[in-house]
Formats: sequence, structure tokens, C-alpha cells
Amino acid sequence: MNTEALKDLLYKIADDQLILGHRNSEWTGFGPLLEEDIAFSSMAQDKVGQSWQFYKILNELGESDPDTVAFMRNADQFHNCKFVELPNGEYDFSLIRHFLFDTAEGIRFNMLSTSSYEPVAQLAKKIKGEIKYHTMHANIWIKQLGSATEESIGRLQQALDYAMPYALGIFETSKFEADLKQEGIFDGEEALKAQWLTQIGEIIAETDLRMPEIQSLQPQLGGRYGEHTEHLQPLVEEMSEVFRVDPTADW
Amino acid sequence: MYGGGNVFEAMKATALAEEDPKELAKFEARIDRGEKIEPKDWMPQLYRKQLIRMIEQHAHSEIIGALPEGTWITRAPGFKRKLALMAKVQDEVGHAQLLYSAAETLGKPREQMLDDLVTGKSKYSNIFNYPAFTWADSCFISWLVDAGAIVNQVANSKGSYGPYCRALERICAEESFHLKYGHHCVIHLATGTKKQQEMMQAAVNRWWAPMMHFFGPSDKISVHSDILMRWKVKMASNDECRQQFLDMYVPKIWELGLTLPDENLHKNLETGMWEFTEPDWEEFKRVINGDGPCNKERLAVRRMAEERGRWVRKALLAPKTKYVAPLA
Repeated sequence: MNTEALKDLLYKIADDQLILGHRNSEWTGFGPLLEEDIAFSSMAQDKVGQSWQFYKILNELGESDPDTVAFMRNADQFHNCKFVELPNGEYDFSLIRHFLFDTAEGIRFNMLSTSSYEPVAQLAKKIKGEIKYHTMHANIWIKQLGSATEESIGRLQQALDYAMPYALGIFETSKFEADLKQEGIFDGEEALKAQWLTQIGEIIAETDLRMPEIQSLQPQLGGRYGEHTEHLQPLVEEMSEVFRVDPTADW
Repeated sequence: MYGGGNVFEAMKATALAEEDPKELAKFEARIDRGEKIEPKDWMPQLYRKQLIRMIEQHAHSEIIGALPEGTWITRAPGFKRKLALMAKVQDEVGHAQLLYSAAETLGKPREQMLDDLVTGKSKYSNIFNYPAFTWADSCFISWLVDAGAIVNQVANSKGSYGPYCRALERICAEESFHLKYGHHCVIHLATGTKKQQEMMQAAVNRWWAPMMHFFGPSDKISVHSDILMRWKVKMASNDECRQQFLDMYVPKIWELGLTLPDENLHKNLETGMWEFTEPDWEEFKRVINGDGPCNKERLAVRRMAEERGRWVRKALLAPKTKYVAPLA
């Protein structure tokens, strides 16, 4: 088995989950209504918990322990897509990101549930069940707000147009794509993207929103190779502020 | 989390004269028998008013209380702490949701209660007007402020208004996990490295005065209300709650090698009562009336959240909105 290819895949998944979980948790206390405050917190807990499980698999493959990996790296050592590190902005952007990203994630974990690498397949089966609720939540809100008032439709459309190039960055291919497919670990980003376009298109068609012209967009790439926006380093510094006071201490 | 103390305003002596004496006698007899009053039952206006005031303040305390701790979610050290703190603060927001619903059964809509919060018309627990400077502050809150809240809430859960009591029972069960989490965090700091110990001691020093204020002014100077005790709206006096808290937690704090910044604090073995330097009630009044270190910031944050979320709430009310049936 190509361990480097496997680790690369696990890092990008774990980092995506951790960073978006962190962003979701920033909604605590600020939601547009209490129920959404609580919902974003639940999704944050799921995502951070899932990242922890992936870092544990990485640990078994010889990487450092999960706390060290998560709390002691700098931004350029993270493999998450740029999409998840963008600030929450208003609820419209957070909701659109949640919809676009979690739909992709639901498909990704479905694909991984038949991975030839058994620890990943087992974990993906469990996570798939959790993500199902995230996508249900996103779909309900997109349908409601995407067909409600002029303001809500306008806001979501603007957020969708802004988010889409970043969302396409989720599917940035790794240099190990061929190895992963050949070994049956993962069917690859292109297959994932094709399913994703169909699924988000179906939901958007049920609203007054318009799907952006995907072909004309320039995807925001680089995240998978450690290139990030200016937003990631401050996030990482905030996340590790206490941990780094004394990384050897038991907190 | 909620302390109490600041809840009740002085009542007019004539307030009860306007009530139907027969209904009032039946109502009081039910309370004497230990029955719960339910939303559609007859109740005096005064009972309704004071309960709305109390439950609403409790609900506000939960969402405002989520702010000083919530700010540490993004900085919690390590996966275990990060996940636990997220779940803990989420619980607090859930408590607010539960309590606003309980208050709504008495006739005041949630939106109106939130409006009264951001305009400063209704209050919340005074302790959240103090800042959480370090991680250790958030640990102090999780352990000891929640412990104080449990003392107060367990007492109130035996009160007379059914929906509030049921909400409190559930809240107390969840709070007891918060307390375990907070205690665990404090133990790690108090018995950890020198830096961690110093951080924890500094937090204890900062939070002790607000903690003593938490239960409200001494019974000697607070507004008394026999009738609210008789109606089982208020179940324990401020001093009773404070004494119970000191009895349960001072030994646990000392056990960890931490000190408390009050050299007069000790238990009088003859009376069985804790004695301490009288807290500065002038400061308490000043802070509760808006002049504390964080009053403006807390309300500004809440107001911002309300304003930024308004379009979402408006959209949900739009007749065009597609109602999407929950799938699970």
C-alpha cells in the first residue's frame, strides 16, 4: 500500500473537518436564532470529533499524536481547502458553505465507506450517518431561505456566487490520485465532483436561486498543497493560543 | 447558569386586593398541598408577573453566560477540552431555549423578551459582566459558577410553577456534567505546571468577589418578599444559597492547594455558618445597574447578533417561504 498517498488523503480530510468545525463553533452565542446557534454547535462538535478520529488513524500510521498535529502546525502545513478557512461572514455565507461543503462530504464518506483500507472504511460508515443530518439541515434551510423574501434570496445568491470558486477548490486533485484509485482506497476527486454537481443542482432547482456558470469559474486551488488565504494563520494561532503556553503540560 | 438575588422588585401592598379572594384562596391551598401550577390554571397577576421576570432573567443569563465561556471554545487546549467546552456552551444556549419556552407559557413572546434584553430593560446574572481573561477563568466559570447555579436551581426546581420546575430539573442534570468538566479542568491546572497553577490562582482571585455577589445581596439588606416564598416562587434566601455553596465548595477549593482572597473566610464551628468579609454591595449595585467591566460589551454583542439575524427570522415569517417538513 502507498502509505504516502493514504496519509495525504487522511490529512486533507482531517484538516477540512477541523478547520470547518472550528469555524462552525464560532457561531456559538451569535446565531440568527437560538435553534441555529445550537445546530451549528452540533455540527462543529461532529466535525471536530471526526477530525480527531482521522488524526488518530494518522497517528497509527506513524504521525505525531492528534493534539500535537492539530495544535502545533503552522498554516502552511495544513492540507484543508481554502473554502473552509474563510471567515464565517454573515449567516448567508455560512449557510451556503455548509450546504456546498457538507454535500461534498456526504458523498466523500459514502465513497470511502467501501475503501480498501479498512480503518477508513469503518470510520467513513460511521461518519456518513452523522453527515446525513448535516446535509438534511442544510437542504431544509437552503430551500426555505432560497425561496422566501427578496432579501434572503438576494443574500443567498450573492453568497453562492462568491463561494462557488472556493467550493470547486474542495476537489483539487492530489498527486496521488492514480495510486489511490488503483489501490481502491478512494475513487478520486473528479468522480466526487461529478456527483456533487448533480446533488447541489437538484436542491438549487427547488429554490429561486440560480446555479453559477461552473465552466467559466476559476477554482480557488492550492489549499491541498499548503497554500492558504491570509485567514488560516490567525485561526491556527487562536486555536493553539493556550496549548502553546506549554505544549508538554497536561491541560 | 443563574444566581438570583437581583430578581424581585418591591411590590405594592394593594396588588393583591384586586384579585378574586376565592380564587386566590384556592390557588394558595393548591400550593400548600405541594401541587404544581400549570399554564392554563388560574393564578394571581402578581405571580404571573414575577415568574415571567424570574424565568426571563434566567433565560437571558444563559445566553449572555454563553459569551465569556464561548470565547474560549476557539482557544481550548486540545481535542478533549475543545469538544467538551463546545458541548457545554451549547447546553447553555439550549437552556435559554427551554427557559424562553417556559416563560412563553405565561404569555410573553420570545422576541419581546430578547428585545427587552438588548434594550437593557430586563436583567441577567450579574457575574457575566466580568471578563474571562484567561483559560483558567473559563475553567472557574465551568466549575464554580455552574456549581453556584446548581445550588440556586435545585432549590427553585421544587417551586410551584410546573413548566419552570420541569425545565430546571433537566437543566440541573446537564449542569452537573458541566460541574464535573469544570472541576476536571481546575484540578489539571491547580496540580499542573507552575505556570498553570499561577494562572488558576489568579483566576480564583479575580472571580471570588463576583462569586460572593452571585447569590445576591445579604438577606439583611435585600428586598424581602414573604409572599413569593409562600407562593413558592422563591425557594431559598440569598444567604441560604451562599452558605450552602461555601459549605460544599470552599473545602474542595482548599483541597487543591488554592487560596481564597478573603482572610476572614472561615467556618464558625459553633454556629456551623461561614463567616467572611462582607462583599461590596455598592459595587454589586453599580455593576447590575450597567456600570460593570463588560455590561456594554455583552449587550452590544447580543444586539449585533439580533440585528444580523433579523433577515433570517423575517424570511421564515414570509408567506412565500416553503415549509420544509423535517425529515427525521
